[in-house]
Amino acid sequence: MFRSPPRASGYFRTDYAQDLALVQTRLEGVAVAALTIALAAFPFCATAFYLDLACQVFLAAMGALSLMLLTGYAGQISLGHAGLLAAGAFTAGILFREFKAPFWVTLPAAAGIGAVLGVIFGLPSLRLRGLYLAVSTLALYFVVAYLGGEYENARGFSTGIMIEPPAIGGFTLKNPRGWYFALLAAAAAALLICANLLRSRTGRAWRAIRAHETVAEALGIGIAGYKLLAFVISSAMASLAGALFAYYRGFVSVEAFSLFLSIQYIAMIIVGGMGSLLGALLGALFVTLLPYLIEAVVMRLPNAQSYAGALFALDYSAFGVVMIVFLVFEPLGLAGIWRRLQGYFLLWPFKYRPVAGMRK
Amino acid sequence: MQLVVNIVVLAAIYALIACGYVLIYRVSRVLNLAHGELMMLGAYLLVTTASSFSGNPFAAIAAAVVLSLLVGVLVYALLMRRMAGEMVLAAVLTTVALGILLRGLMLLVFTAQQQYPGQALALANPALALPGGGRISTFAALIVAVAALAYGGLFLFLQFGRWGVRMRAAGQNPLLAAQRGINLHAIYALAWAISTLTGSVAGMLIALDSGLTGSMAVIGLKAFPAALVGGLDSLLGALLGAVIVGAAEVLSIQYVDPLLSDVVPFLVLIAALVVRPWGLFGTREELDRV
Repeated sequence: MFRSPPRASGYFRTDYAQDLALVQTRLEGVAVAALTIALAAFPFCATAFYLDLACQVFLAAMGALSLMLLTGYAGQISLGHAGLLAAGAFTAGILFREFKAPFWVTLPAAAGIGAVLGVIFGLPSLRLRGLYLAVSTLALYFVVAYLGGEYENARGFSTGIMIEPPAIGGFTLKNPRGWYFALLAAAAAALLICANLLRSRTGRAWRAIRAHETVAEALGIGIAGYKLLAFVISSAMASLAGALFAYYRGFVSVEAFSLFLSIQYIAMIIVGGMGSLLGALLGALFVTLLPYLIEAVVMRLPNAQSYAGALFALDYSAFGVVMIVFLVFEPLGLAGIWRRLQGYFLLWPFKYRPVAGMRK
Repeated sequence: MQLVVNIVVLAAIYALIACGYVLIYRVSRVLNLAHGELMMLGAYLLVTTASSFSGNPFAAIAAAVVLSLLVGVLVYALLMRRMAGEMVLAAVLTTVALGILLRGLMLLVFTAQQQYPGQALALANPALALPGGGRISTFAALIVAVAALAYGGLFLFLQFGRWGVRMRAAGQNPLLAAQRGINLHAIYALAWAISTLTGSVAGMLIALDSGLTGSMAVIGLKAFPAALVGGLDSLLGALLGAVIVGAAEVLSIQYVDPLLSDVVPFLVLIAALVVRPWGLFGTREELDRV
């Protein structure tokens, strides 16, 4: 079964195509259409600040989706996601700086480098499991960050590499509204790629590996190949997100890709809920907006300016608290809450799903 | 000669920190990625007690040590106890979250300013000349001595102490240990307390030796490869791993590139994971059964 969210009665699937359909019910279709219209209309009624926020959310969503693919579905934990984003950003930055390469060269190159790094990050997964794998990705992150910093130092860009906005023909992607649509398209494409992968043979293989590796192998799934594939696809996507981030900011610096960024991405998939694409999106939204939310709250307090210096520290602490709260009290994340909410209304006035044998 | 001294001091620092990782991993199979932050917290505890016991450095250090034990117990009782029986990875991520939280709180309370608890306690840190021409600062020598003491003590404790034997039993098979009447929660809390204690002492000594900034947690993270190279569940391994990582780091700073210092421990880690993931003295993990 592809997925089993709670459904209202009267919805039965009669063939496999229905089981695989992306949009399963009319209500879902309406919801997707409404969301599309809302997202398309958003830049025309939002200020520049909110546009920037939306762009950040889209970038984070790409990264979170790629990590969700790897960790939430294939079950391979990675603490080095920031390294992959950094690799993409630096590929774009270096190619632009050294060879004046246009964006239609740098972006595929970033994805390519990401794929190669994915193989390197993924190779330990063939031998290592769980904790040890997490640690090896952490170590690789430090190596990538070191290489980036070394490049900056060697070439004298100690403050970072400047990148000009992407241009094609006479058109330069500069205004916020253009960026909004470009990043929205990129994030939507990432979502579509993930959804399609997950409802195909590949996605089923990943889930089997996550559920139980030995059993998956006994079922004839090529563990090594699928694990590496998960790493490659996830890394290529993360690298691409990193390159887009570099173009969006117009600036690459190794400072932007600290270990904290890796932890932020992990927080996104934890807060969102493991094993759910919706969770990755919700997590990206939540984690990106959290610092702004905190700032807004703190600025409301009396004599706000005196706290302004502590905002950074406050972000850190709030972040830790949020992660702990979700890990301890809500391991299924926001997606779990959403599912429970759906279940509540679908089952109403009953509280529980009937016991399996009593369903008829 | 100076090179050897540097290696020994760095190895002692890593060893003192790494035994905390080993202890918790050995007892509960949890990797404590907040160890660096707990160590920094220990150093900040010393800064706090230094300001209240400024006349009496030994009282200040003793108070900080006791407080750090308390911190370890509290971390277990309030947080990690809830993760007992959960997936190991969830527990590890919880420690990551704890690390972030602690880092934020320490930044809030103590700001990012560099602190010198040694000056606050009016303790001098003269360099001692060693036979053979090397020089070592007093507190660096103290770190080496404390590391030796900690390892000797832990070895005796685990080998012969009543609670040490219980601890090993809990690490080997928690279910059987619990059935024999061993209080697992008490064992885990004790492991967290000792681990935080050794980490904090390392943090305090480093802070006394060279001052304390917000980036101290990185040292804690760099000690982790030492624990893994030697084998995550072996104290002897941690000691040897600390020497290997410390030597690699000092030599590469000396002969290759000073910038490498942050990355060398992790290169060693990758090499170890490729060749022998369970470490030099660690036990191989059991095969996965259906």
